[in-house]
Amino acid sequence: MRPVSYSRVSDVATAIATVAADPTSAYLAGGTTKIDMLRIYAEPSQRLVDINDLPIDHIEVQPDGAVRVGGLARMNDVALAPVVLDRFPMLSEALLLGASAQLRNMASMGGNMLQRVRCSYFRDAEASCNKREPGTGCSAIAGVNRGHAVLGASPHCIATHPSDAAVALVALDAMIHVQNSGGHHAIAIDDFFLLPGDTPEREHPLNHGDLITAIEVPALPAARNSLYLKVRDRESYEFALASAACALTVTDGVVAEVRLALGGVATKPWRARKAEQVLHGAPATRETFARAAQAELADAVPQTMNGFKIELVQRTMIRALETLTARGAAA
Amino acid sequence: MTAAIGQPLDRVDGHAKVTGAGRYSAEIALPGLAHAVLVTSRIPSGRVELIDTYDAERAEGVLAVLHHLNLPKGGSVPPLLPSLFGAAASGQTFFPMQDEVIHYAGQHLAMVVAETLDQAEHAARLVRVTYQETASITTVEQGRDRAYEAEKIFAGFIPGRIARGDAAAALDRAQVTVENTYYCAANHHNPIECSATTAVWEGDRLTLYDATQGPNATLHTVAELLNVMPSHIRVVTDYVGGSFGCKAMIWDHPALAALAARAVHRPVRLALSREQMFSSVGHREEQEQRLTLGADRDGRLTAIRHHKLSPTSHFDDWAEPSLGVASQMYACPDYEGVYRLIKANTMTPTFTRCPGEASGMFVMETSMDELAEKLDLDPLELRLRNYAETDPGSGNPWSSKGLRDCYRRGAELARWSERDPRPGTQRDGNWLLGWGMASSGYPVTPPGNPQRARARIFADGSAVVQSSFSDIGTGSATAMTQVAADGLGVPLERMRVQYGDSDLPNTAAAVGSAGAGMVSAAVHIAATALRDQLIAQAVADEHSPLHGADPRQVVVSDGRMALRDRPGTGETYAELLQRSFMPDAEALGTWNPPGMDTPYGTMTFGAQFAQVAVDPDLGLCRVRQLIGVFDPGRVLNRKTAHSQLMGGMLWGMSHALLEGTIMGPDGRWANASLGEYLVPVNADAPDVVIETIETTDTVVNPLGVKGVGEVGMVGTAAAIANAIWHATGRRHHRLPITIESLL
Ligand SMILES: Cc1cc2nc3c(=O)[nH]c(=O)nc-3n(C[C@H](O)[C@H](O)[C@H](O)COP(=O)(O)OP(=O)(O)OC[C@H]3O[C@@H](n4cnc5c(N)ncnc54)[C@H](O)[C@@H]3O)c2cc1C
Ligand code: SF4
Repeated sequence: MRPVSYSRVSDVATAIATVAADPTSAYLAGGTTKIDMLRIYAEPSQRLVDINDLPIDHIEVQPDGAVRVGGLARMNDVALAPVVLDRFPMLSEALLLGASAQLRNMASMGGNMLQRVRCSYFRDAEASCNKREPGTGCSAIAGVNRGHAVLGASPHCIATHPSDAAVALVALDAMIHVQNSGGHHAIAIDDFFLLPGDTPEREHPLNHGDLITAIEVPALPAARNSLYLKVRDRESYEFALASAACALTVTDGVVAEVRLALGGVATKPWRARKAEQVLHGAPATRETFARAAQAELADAVPQTMNGFKIELVQRTMIRALETLTARGAAA
Repeated sequence: MTAAIGQPLDRVDGHAKVTGAGRYSAEIALPGLAHAVLVTSRIPSGRVELIDTYDAERAEGVLAVLHHLNLPKGGSVPPLLPSLFGAAASGQTFFPMQDEVIHYAGQHLAMVVAETLDQAEHAARLVRVTYQETASITTVEQGRDRAYEAEKIFAGFIPGRIARGDAAAALDRAQVTVENTYYCAANHHNPIECSATTAVWEGDRLTLYDATQGPNATLHTVAELLNVMPSHIRVVTDYVGGSFGCKAMIWDHPALAALAARAVHRPVRLALSREQMFSSVGHREEQEQRLTLGADRDGRLTAIRHHKLSPTSHFDDWAEPSLGVASQMYACPDYEGVYRLIKANTMTPTFTRCPGEASGMFVMETSMDELAEKLDLDPLELRLRNYAETDPGSGNPWSSKGLRDCYRRGAELARWSERDPRPGTQRDGNWLLGWGMASSGYPVTPPGNPQRARARIFADGSAVVQSSFSDIGTGSATAMTQVAADGLGVPLERMRVQYGDSDLPNTAAAVGSAGAGMVSAAVHIAATALRDQLIAQAVADEHSPLHGADPRQVVVSDGRMALRDRPGTGETYAELLQRSFMPDAEALGTWNPPGMDTPYGTMTFGAQFAQVAVDPDLGLCRVRQLIGVFDPGRVLNRKTAHSQLMGGMLWGMSHALLEGTIMGPDGRWANASLGEYLVPVNADAPDVVIETIETTDTVVNPLGVKGVGEVGMVGTAAAIANAIWHATGRRHHRLPITIESLL
C-alpha cells in the first residue's frame, strides 16, 4: 500500500482547515473507497484526515417535510431510518441493494457520493486511463467494457457511475450541502455529478478541502409510491448492470407525477428527463412506458460488449413503471 | 459403543478456525520474518528488455530485489505429474526468473523482499520493467487456425484421440442426431485463502509452511527445483482455506519463497495477492466442445462424437479431460473423442474442481435433454434406456453403481413425473418456472503410491494417529478421527489425528476426490494393526484375563478388549500397557492401492434435479431448488459429506450462471478480482436437498469410500440449463448463461 500519514479531527472547522492547508491530504470517512484506492495505487499517497468524529451524522426531518442526512450518516442508518423508509422508499431500497451489510455500516453518505468508478482499467494502476492519468488514453474502449456506460460517455471515458443511492437522490432532486473555509453552499445534485467530456478526471465541482456536511432530500409526496429496481448478474453484492429509481402517481389512468433516474448505464447518475417528458400526462400503459424508455435511450451509444444494456435498461424502466402503477392502483 | 464412522461429528478444527487460533500458512509468526512480493509481467508475450530496480532497492525496508539476472539458479523442473502420484508435481514445466523471455501475462518476473508487507508491496510498484512485446495468442478464437490434435493430454495420461467402433459410419446411419457446439468460459478456483508459503532455512535444512493439498508434493517438487535432498525439507500445512485444485499441483512460489529466504538469510513469507492468484496457480481453460449424438427412434444411443478445442501453454499439452466421464455415462457402441489444442500465451491450465467432468457433462447432459425433446421422450426415461450396465470404455463391470436408485429417489424428491413436460407452461408472476435434470459421475482414481499412517496409543489409553495429509477445508481431519477411533476401538474424545506435516507417514496429495478414500485406508489399516497387535499381546500375556483366548474372538470397544461372547472377560488397553511397563505402543499401516488397471469401472454416480425461475424481460435466472442424490460408497461423516456435496452443487450453479474469466484484448485476464469474477453469494443459494444412496464397494479401498469432493458439481450446470429450457423453450450452449443471453 502507498505510504500514508493519518490524523483524526473532531470539529468541522479544524477538519476543513487541515485538509485545505495541504494539497496532498484527503478526508477519510468509512474508508471503503479511500483505502481501496490507496491499496491499488489508483490515487496518490496522502495524508488522511479522519473525520469520523465530526458531528455530521444526523438524520433530521425539516419543518417543510424535507429530510436532511449528514455527510457522515452511514448508509445503513439512512436506509433503515423510519422517515426514509416511509417517505422515500426508493432511497432506502437503493441503499440496501448496495454493497454488503458490513460495508453499509461503515460507509458514509458523503463518501458514497464521491466513490470512484469500478472500471477495471481505472483500478489497474498501470493501465492507460484518462480518469486516473489524464491524457494517457482510455483502455476500456477497446477493452472489456461489459459494465460500462451507454449514456453520457465521451471518447475520453466510458466508465459507469457506480452509486445506487445517488440514482435515487438524483430522481429526488436532492441538494448537496458543502462547507469550506469560505462558508457554506448547496449544489443541486444533478449539477454535482459531471459528465466526463474531455476532463474525465473531474467528477464533481468540489474544490480541495470542500466538506460534504449534508444531503437534503426535498419533500415529495409522490415518492411514497417509489422503488429502486436493480438488475445484476447475482442476487446481491454487485453493482448494477441497469437500475431505475422511480416515483409515480397515476390519476385516472394518466401519469400525474413521475420521477425517473437510471443507474448502471450512464457516466453519471442519470435523470431520465426525456422519459419523464413522454410520461407526463400520458396514459399509464405499457405502450407509453415503452415509448418513454425508448425516447430516453434514443441517443445511447453501445460499446463492443455492452449493447445489451440499451435493451435491458428500457425493460428495467418499464418494469419499474408497471410495478408502481399496479401498486398505486392497489393502494 | 455406536460406530463413529458416519456420525455427523462437528469439525475437530472448527473451534480453532472460527476463533482465529488456527494459523494459516501466511499467518505463521516467526522472529525476523521478512515479506516477499512478486512483480509480474504486464504483457503476454515478448521479453524483458530492462528491469530497473534502482528505486525499489532504495525504498524503505527493502532487503533484496531478485530477478532473472541475480536469482541463484535452482535445480531442474520436474515433469508435470498429478500430485495423486505422491511424487514431485510441478503445475507446469516452466520455472520463472531464469531468462528474459515472457510466455504469459502475469508471469513472475521479479521478487521484492522487505521488512514489512506494505514496504515490499510499495517497492514492488517501484520496479520498472521495459518490455519488447511480440504477437500473442490467448484465446480459442485467435488460435483456431493453429489447432493441432494432441498426442496425449493431462500429463500424458490420456490419449488425444479415443475411438471404439466407427462413430462416423454409425452417425451416418443414425435415425436421429443432435449436434451442437458448446462454449465454456475459463474459470479460476478462488478459494478464500490465497496461496502462500513461509520459508525458513536452518543451515541447509528447509521448513516450508505451505498452503497445499499435498505437503509431500510440495516437498518433492521443491527438492527437485532447488536441488536439495528431500530429507532436508519439511513441509507443514496446518490449515488450508480451500483450494478447489489450485493447490493440487506445486507452482513456483514455494521454491521462490525458499530462494528469497536464502538470499536474505531470514525467514520469508510469500503470499500471492488475489489478482496474482489468477495467473500463478493455473485455471480451468476456456473451451469449445462439439458433441454429436446418434440414436435410434427408441432413444438408444448408437454413436457419440465428442471433440474439444482449448488453449494450453507453450510448455505443456494440458486439457482437462472433458470427454472422460461423458464417454462412460451411457452404453453406446460407437464412439470417437478427440482433444485438439492451441499453444497459447497462458500458463498451463490445471485441475479445477471437476476437471473435465463439469464441462464435459454440461455438454453431454444438455445434448441428452435435447435428444429427449426430439424423441418426445422423458429425459429421465432416455437416460434409463441408455443405462450403462458395464463401463462402456473398457467393458469392465462397475465396482459399484447405485445410479438407478439415485434417479428414482431424485425424481421422487423433485416430483418429476408431476410436472408438465411442455416448455414455457408454468409461471409465477414475472417468473417462468422450469425443471431440469442431469446425471452426475466422477471417477474414483487410486493414488499412485502406497499410503501410510502410524497409530500410537499411550498408557493412559489415549491415542494419536499420524499421517501427512492436509485438510484443505473438506473436514478430512474430522473424518479420519472417526475412522481412527473405530479402527482402534477407542472413544472419539481419546483419539487425536495429527496431519499436515511431511515428516509424518507418507500420503499423496488430497486431490481428485481421492483423499478420504486413500487416507482412510491407511488410517484404518494402522489403527486396526495396532488393535490386533495389542490383542495379540493380551492373549499371550498370562496376567491378562484374555490369556489364551482366540484373538479372532476378541472385540474392542471404548478402549477395552473383551471376548465377543463373554463381554465380562477382558481388560482395557491402558491396563495392559501399564502392567507391561509400556509407556506406549505403535503400529504403521500401509495401504497398497489397486493399480490403474483394476478390471473394474470405478465411479461415483448421482442424479441432479433443478428448479429455476427465469424473468425473460430482465434476463434474470434464479435457481429455486437443487436436488442431488449420490452413491458415494461409505460416508465417513454425514455432515462434512453433505457439505462437500452441497458446495459442489452450488459451484455447479455458479458454473452455470456466474463464473467466467474474461481474456482481454491485451492478453490479460480482465476480471482478476472477487469484485468482477462473480461467485454466488448467500442470496443466490437456493434450497439444496441432498441424499445419498447406500452402496457397498469392496474394490476401491478398504472402507469402500468412493468420494464426495467433486461429484456434486457434475451435472448441475446441465440440470439448470435444461430447466431454463423447460421454463423458456430456449437452449443455452454457452457457460456462463448470463443476462444478455437470457434477454
Ligand atoms: C466491495 C464493495 C461493494 C460495493 N458495492 C456498492 C454498491 O453496490 N452500490 C453502491 O452504491 N456502492 C457500493 N460500494 C461503494 C460504497 O458505497 C462506497 O465505498 C462508500 O459509500 C464510500 O463511503 P466511505 O464513507 O467509506 O468513503 P471513504 O472511502 O472514506 O471516502 C471516499 C471519498 O470521499 C471523500 N469523502 C468522504 N467523506 C467526505 C465528506 N463528508 N466530504 C468530502 N469528501 C468526503 C474521501 O476523501 C474519499 O475521497 C461498494 C464498495 C465496496 C468496497
Ligand atoms: S472508462 Fe474511464 S475510467 Fe475506464 S479506462 Fe477509460 S478513462 Fe479510465
